[in-house]
Amino acid sequence: MYDSIILRNVSRLMFPILLLLSLFMLVRGHNLPGGGFIGGLVAASAFILQIIAAGPTYVRTSFQINFLNLAAFGVIFAALWGLPGLVTGEAYMLAFWLKEPIPGIGKLGTPVLFDIGVYLTVIGVTTQLALVLAEEPTLYPIQRPPARPNATAPEV
Amino acid sequence: MAHHLFLPLIVPLFSAGVATLISQRLAWARVIAVAATLFNLGYGTWLLVTVATTGRQVTQGGGWVAPFGITLMADGLSAIMLFLTALLTLVTILFSFATIDARQERFYYYPLLLLLMFGCSGAFLTGDLFNLYVWFEILLVASFGLITLGGSRAQLEGGLKYVVLNLFASLCFLVGAGLVYGVAGTLNMAHLAERLNAIQEPTLVTAVAGFFLIAFGGKAALAPLFFWLPTSYHTPSIAVTALFGGLLSKVGIYALYRVFGTVFQSELGRLAPLILAVAGVTMVVGVIGAMAQVNVRRILAFHIVSQVGYMAMGLGLASVAGLTAGILFMAHNIVVKTALFLIGGAAEHLTGSGELKQMGGMARREPFLAVLWLLASFALVGIPPLSGFFGKLGLIQAGVAQEQWLIVGVAAGVSLFTLFSMLKIWNEVFWKKAYGDMSRLPRAGAGLLAPAVILVAVSIALGLGAAPALEYSVLAAEQTLDTVGLARDVCGAGGCDAVELAVARE
Repeated sequence: MYDSIILRNVSRLMFPILLLLSLFMLVRGHNLPGGGFIGGLVAASAFILQIIAAGPTYVRTSFQINFLNLAAFGVIFAALWGLPGLVTGEAYMLAFWLKEPIPGIGKLGTPVLFDIGVYLTVIGVTTQLALVLAEEPTLYPIQRPPARPNATAPEV
Repeated sequence: MAHHLFLPLIVPLFSAGVATLISQRLAWARVIAVAATLFNLGYGTWLLVTVATTGRQVTQGGGWVAPFGITLMADGLSAIMLFLTALLTLVTILFSFATIDARQERFYYYPLLLLLMFGCSGAFLTGDLFNLYVWFEILLVASFGLITLGGSRAQLEGGLKYVVLNLFASLCFLVGAGLVYGVAGTLNMAHLAERLNAIQEPTLVTAVAGFFLIAFGGKAALAPLFFWLPTSYHTPSIAVTALFGGLLSKVGIYALYRVFGTVFQSELGRLAPLILAVAGVTMVVGVIGAMAQVNVRRILAFHIVSQVGYMAMGLGLASVAGLTAGILFMAHNIVVKTALFLIGGAAEHLTGSGELKQMGGMARREPFLAVLWLLASFALVGIPPLSGFFGKLGLIQAGVAQEQWLIVGVAAGVSLFTLFSMLKIWNEVFWKKAYGDMSRLPRAGAGLLAPAVILVAVSIALGLGAAPALEYSVLAAEQTLDTVGLARDVCGAGGCDAVELAVARE
């Protein structure tokens, strides 16, 4: 955690903007640069910015999300949308698309849903890693040997 | 198209996800883990039969046509490995019910085991070189978690060596995959085999093949990159050691068989002397290293190294006979090695220490465990009619037929030293008088013995049913070396280049 009032306020402003940007990345990803993985990274960076600005405890208490479970749910959700192919007697992960594109969003189909699963997984894993790393000094404080009473200060 | 090949991957993946979500409800996590493993075991059995009756099974991920999409394929070798993976995972889970503490179990033990099974099954089923890399990463990440589960100092130290060497090997794998894509323009194994056999610049291909030899040799713990294995395998919980000892280094051997038997088949003849030399050195180093050890699991870990050498010898002989014997030996070794770890581990669990000095008296106190140990260790050494005999016999016969006298001599000599180590453990753990007062120690229950009993029974069955096992190994070896049949099954009668040309014309 980096204690700065500027960073705290800016990160609070940036949080919704980054999340919106990540959703934009997610949706445009099928034919253009972007997609679930990149969108997930952008969204995770929003959370990580909060961890840096306000500390891991703040993120844990104010969001109330178990990020590891989010990642597991994302994996299940992504793998789920491979199943329609298998059920219809075709290969796993065969893509099914809606006939008509939806205005403003584009074509929708199972790959988009798969991408949403990837998006959630990446948010979950990345944020969980950052949280664990940020919490480490409080969970496992560095054990210093007790100072000896008559020890002299080391010469520099 | 054999779309059922996706099932042994989907089931562990979903179960791992669900087991993560409910990891705090231990009973349910256990049920899910056992159910998924049983499914894979049943599927593996069915696949063994299906491959034997109808030949190679192939499907394409996402329905993309062969050299463009990711191919999944199962031949005899894949089916054997898939079956054994599920068997070992099941046995490990059963053993951990009796030994592992609930705190570790809650710490995502079952999801990690299921992910490990997922990664191994994928590695055995894939027909794409880069996809193989991805599966390796999945199983490595799961194994990193398992090897440090518990977080003790020794585990982190062992885990670090394990991680570093495996990342180095992965890097070599990735570099090799990149280079081979530059040389051949494809990563589909069937397509690669087709193109590399017709390539004009053999030296370049040999150099690329060298990267794969280093990568998989490191992961399989071949000399000189074996040192990470004995320093890390005795640190995690006994169940995890048993699974790793049986399975993980053999994934490296499988990859060597697949990549050098199929993809770089044209290079196999050229690199065979090198592989044989590495195999011989590995056998000797492993067995000598074991003689100096005084800890049950460390001795067994050094023997993994030694026996991986035999499997590499099967590949180095570069013939159907050699590969057949190698596959038979590998199947036997996967079962027996895990059995030994489970039996030695049970003794360690009961005495509370794995140091030979502090053990003893087990033969009087747990006679059944002692009998299991004798059976398993004689199978490992290769005393007929137990399972190890036929694999070694096949290897030596193949070596004699090709007049590779040196490696044959080494293989036979190393067996004697293996016997020495096994007898050392027998003397110290089972035969010697008890170290201190044993009357307070717990007794071995059915839960502790059953997993080892299953594996020893499989080993005996492999020995008594050596004829069908050998037949199956011949099938597996022939399918591995049959690149023409592979291209036909994966890409159709015209081969993979024809498909690519047809698509380009459209």
